[in-house]
Amino acid sequence: MTMKKTINGKTIDVNEEGYLIDFSQWDKDIAIEIAKEEGITLTDKHWEVIKYLQEAHKNEISLTIRKVGKSGIVDIKELYALFPEGPLKKATKIAGIPKPVSCI
Amino acid sequence: MKQLIILGAGSGGTMMANHLVKKLDLSKWQISIVDQEETHYYQPGFLFIPFGIYKEKDVIKPINKYIPKQVQLIRKKIERIDKETDTIYLEEGVLKYDILIIATGSHIAPEEIEGMLGEEWRKSIFDFYSFDGAVSLAKKLENFKSGKLVVHICEMPVKCPVAPLEFAFLADDFFTKKGVRENVEITYVTPMSGAFTKPKATEKLEYLLEQKKVNVIPNFNIEKIEGDVKKMVSYEGKEVEYDLLVTVPTNMGDKCIERSGFGDELNYVPTDKHTLQSKVKENIFVIGDATDVPASKAGAVAHFESELLTKNIVRFVEGKELEPSFDGHSNCFIETGKGKALLIDFNYEVEPVEGTFPIPGLGPMHLLKENRINHVGKKAFKWVYWNMLLKGKKIPFVSAQMNKKGKRI
Repeated sequence: MTMKKTINGKTIDVNEEGYLIDFSQWDKDIAIEIAKEEGITLTDKHWEVIKYLQEAHKNEISLTIRKVGKSGIVDIKELYALFPEGPLKKATKIAGIPKPVSCI
Repeated sequence: MKQLIILGAGSGGTMMANHLVKKLDLSKWQISIVDQEETHYYQPGFLFIPFGIYKEKDVIKPINKYIPKQVQLIRKKIERIDKETDTIYLEEGVLKYDILIIATGSHIAPEEIEGMLGEEWRKSIFDFYSFDGAVSLAKKLENFKSGKLVVHICEMPVKCPVAPLEFAFLADDFFTKKGVRENVEITYVTPMSGAFTKPKATEKLEYLLEQKKVNVIPNFNIEKIEGDVKKMVSYEGKEVEYDLLVTVPTNMGDKCIERSGFGDELNYVPTDKHTLQSKVKENIFVIGDATDVPASKAGAVAHFESELLTKNIVRFVEGKELEPSFDGHSNCFIETGKGKALLIDFNYEVEPVEGTFPIPGLGPMHLLKENRINHVGKKAFKWVYWNMLLKGKKIPFVSAQMNKKGKRI
């Protein structure tokens, strides 16, 4: 189900969990606002992770915690410190890409 | 003679051998398959062994029984593949190939989690993704009458991602029948956002968790196990205590992929998700769990892939362009206990939805709905696997690409 959401005067399409449906609608201001809703203030390290996730998503690489941990940007502990409680779930939402899912 | 070599005689490799003997000109092509194992395991049956529903004999057959006579079976360990020279180094000897199909699967790697392989491995910590694990868990469950049972997934991707959930449902049934259900607490611990992650499946199936009194702890990414005090610890420092831990360890591709130097961090082979040609070299193809494609790791997927990969191998031999035909099609029965099961059918694009299967509008089976006929289907599948799937026979009405008809999309 698609829903509309307005951030800083810009309307974006999101699913029922608040994930962007169309990545072309993503920009940095939107990321900052979604991060705020998750209780996160974005630092340079956050942006590096976000960029890595977007790149991996573009190349159709399935995302796992381990993969990010081996990316050379952060280790798994640091990833948790940046995005507490379900880092991939939150980081993908802020990055404007789908959350990792299982088959059901 | 030109050489086509298949690495691995599990589901994917065996199906490819059976398809290709019918499609390649055997006066020009020698087909060989390499596997050091003696036994072919029916892996979907591992789920039933801990509960005594299947016995060991139900899931094992000699590996050579399903390899066609025209195919040379080489029972040697694979050291590595040298893609530059089209050579496979075996423990003893070398093989040269013109076309290579990698079907080396994925396996549990309990050594990846600190503390898993300690004193308590197969005393209070078990897996059911290996034959030995499933058999030893059956003995443990016989005498388990009370305490905390934790069913757990370490990290994705894993083979058959619904099997741990099926395990929790079957455990509910098992302990109820034994009359000790109220003394056993069942908890499902997952690194994902919930037991169900897709919207329609969540909506239709969430009730099962409540009905079967399965507690769920989501977003739990395990860092280590403290076996002496029976406790799992996550990267955030959260803890889960258990009396009996049934975990799905990290799943990884074969070590020969790592030794060949072209796997990803979990030893899966980079593969085009529609043509199944590897991204390593054009004469290397990949099928089943060995790929890194974002489809489920399951025998049904390997089955659909095998039909389409066979066509692409023939096209490759004829010098034609490959067809990007694989759509990520997967389907499976999900056992929910008490003689019922669910059925799901989906692909890269379409999530599991309600509908009828395999004949649109008629069924006789229903998608995303719990009933008895699906359970009968799940049990009959063992016969289908040994007698049709492995031999490369088509299953009536079930196409390799997903059919959108009869589905509420």
